[in-house]
Amino acid sequence: MSVVVKSVGQTEAANQGITRIRFDFRTLVPTISAVFALLVHLLVPNSPRYTLKPLPYFTITLVAVIVITLALTVLSLFFRRLREKYAFKSWFIGAFLLLLNLLNIATIKLMILPVIYFPNPDRILKVFADDWAFILKCLGYSLRLLATGYIIGALVGMTTGILVGWSKKWSYWVNPLIKIIGPIPSTAWVPIALVSFPTTFTASAFLIALAVWFPTTVLTSSGISNVQNSYFEVSSTLGAKSIHKILKVALPAAAPSIFVGIFNGTGASFITLMTAEMMGVKYGIGWYINWQKDMLSYANVYAGLIVIAVTFSLIITLLFKVRDRILVWQKGVIKW
Amino acid sequence: MVERGTGSIRAENLRKQFTRPDGETVVALNDVNVTIKAGEFISLIGPSGCGKSTFLRLVAGLARPDGGSLLLDDAPITGPGYDRGLVFQDPTLFPWLTIYDNIAFGLKVRNTYHDKKREVQEFIRLVGLEGFEKAYPHQLSGGMAQRAALARALVNHPKVLLLDEPFGALDAFTRMNMQDELLKIWEERGTTMIMVTHDVDEAIYLSDRIIVMTPRPAKIESIINVEIGRPRSRDLPDFLRLRAKILQILDFAGKREEIQYYL
Repeated sequence: MSVVVKSVGQTEAANQGITRIRFDFRTLVPTISAVFALLVHLLVPNSPRYTLKPLPYFTITLVAVIVITLALTVLSLFFRRLREKYAFKSWFIGAFLLLLNLLNIATIKLMILPVIYFPNPDRILKVFADDWAFILKCLGYSLRLLATGYIIGALVGMTTGILVGWSKKWSYWVNPLIKIIGPIPSTAWVPIALVSFPTTFTASAFLIALAVWFPTTVLTSSGISNVQNSYFEVSSTLGAKSIHKILKVALPAAAPSIFVGIFNGTGASFITLMTAEMMGVKYGIGWYINWQKDMLSYANVYAGLIVIAVTFSLIITLLFKVRDRILVWQKGVIKW
Repeated sequence: MVERGTGSIRAENLRKQFTRPDGETVVALNDVNVTIKAGEFISLIGPSGCGKSTFLRLVAGLARPDGGSLLLDDAPITGPGYDRGLVFQDPTLFPWLTIYDNIAFGLKVRNTYHDKKREVQEFIRLVGLEGFEKAYPHQLSGGMAQRAALARALVNHPKVLLLDEPFGALDAFTRMNMQDELLKIWEERGTTMIMVTHDVDEAIYLSDRIIVMTPRPAKIESIINVEIGRPRSRDLPDFLRLRAKILQILDFAGKREEIQYYL
């Protein structure tokens, strides 16, 4: 599989992750796939029915990809950790580039897909090149709305959850309310929210907060009521008062469950954000997609979708990182 | 530091009952009279259902008596407090805190951590957990976790330390080590120790007095003075004689229980 080119093998070097120069052929797979895509794009003529002016963006992107993947291949010769990681991912990256290649062939080279709804990669890339400032502005609007609703929903949800999980009185009065209001999808409130709030922004923030509130509340309260009683008993023999038992015992003990609630809420908040933006909020990435769809600019629609995919997946990744940090005590892999 | 001479417990006609889900009342402790002197090491021994853990929970303040009185240094016990430390069979360390933070928990909730920071490290050393301060509970062995639980209770300088089968889940070798360490702590600090155990040898090895309890109705059967000089050896004739005597009391109680069953 891997060929030893040259041995630098010293133990000090090994400790720094630079062992010896090794080549793993898999690290070339992404580059080969990109070169293949570029050759197809440049050498195969466009379909004679394709009458639009040719664009340079797909070529530029592929060249950039080739440069980057080649750099990774070269670095992989020296760094073992990078080599293993990159070699492991290489088949997937290669396949993804192949998919782009096939998409390019199906759209601009053969035109076997309806041209209005399935623009070729060049046209989608052109949207980013021409329209990036406006898309970024829309993304900013979306994130502001999402953050407003999300933070309110999560905080109110955790507070309600703690109160319901901790106190019988709160549970008696609030639990039935949660059971009735909670399961209603927050988007079902759109008609009422739009007339009850002064602006569409506040109405949408409310809907997002509602979407996050329900799962956070339910899983916080169930997490807290499932905490082993002996933790509370031990803490009270150590001098803990009620406030300590809530904040220093119940809350950390319920944290794994609270995070499940927050993750569910995050998914619901994305759905609500998109629905709200497509139904009335001015600006925002959901609004952008809807507007471009009405104008039959499907390249812009795809560009918007890509922005959403990247943004939301970053948010989820970030949330996972926060969780891993807070729940570090749960994992069995920490070294000390 | 708790002054020596505090930490006495007096129970007078102490009574505790529970209501079972089917509505029947079960007497968990019936008419218990006992005085435990400050600084004494007491073991409670007896078969399950004899009320020994109930007695411990009453002293800890985790349960209320239904009759009689229970006094700590002549003041009635009204609820849990840091002057009575508690160690369960399961260490019940807080899994989300490091060993250091577990042991510091008592000081932190009492707002005395700032002044007594040094003591946390002292207690970690006392129970031999240096180097494990940053570990999480799931990374410790059973014995180490129980040491941490001991340190967590001791850091508050309790007048009374309540131990509910603290070494019951440990292997024989670790258990003997822990017994010696507990004795060392007791001799150094003069804390009143009340320990529930199933192990007759453990009770004789550690205690000044052994309270033998029997079930149905749960009560004190007899209180035995352990008049063997310390340090004790488990194979002295006096040790073995006492062991036979306690086993006989427990065995007799067991037989009587059986007869009652047949009736």
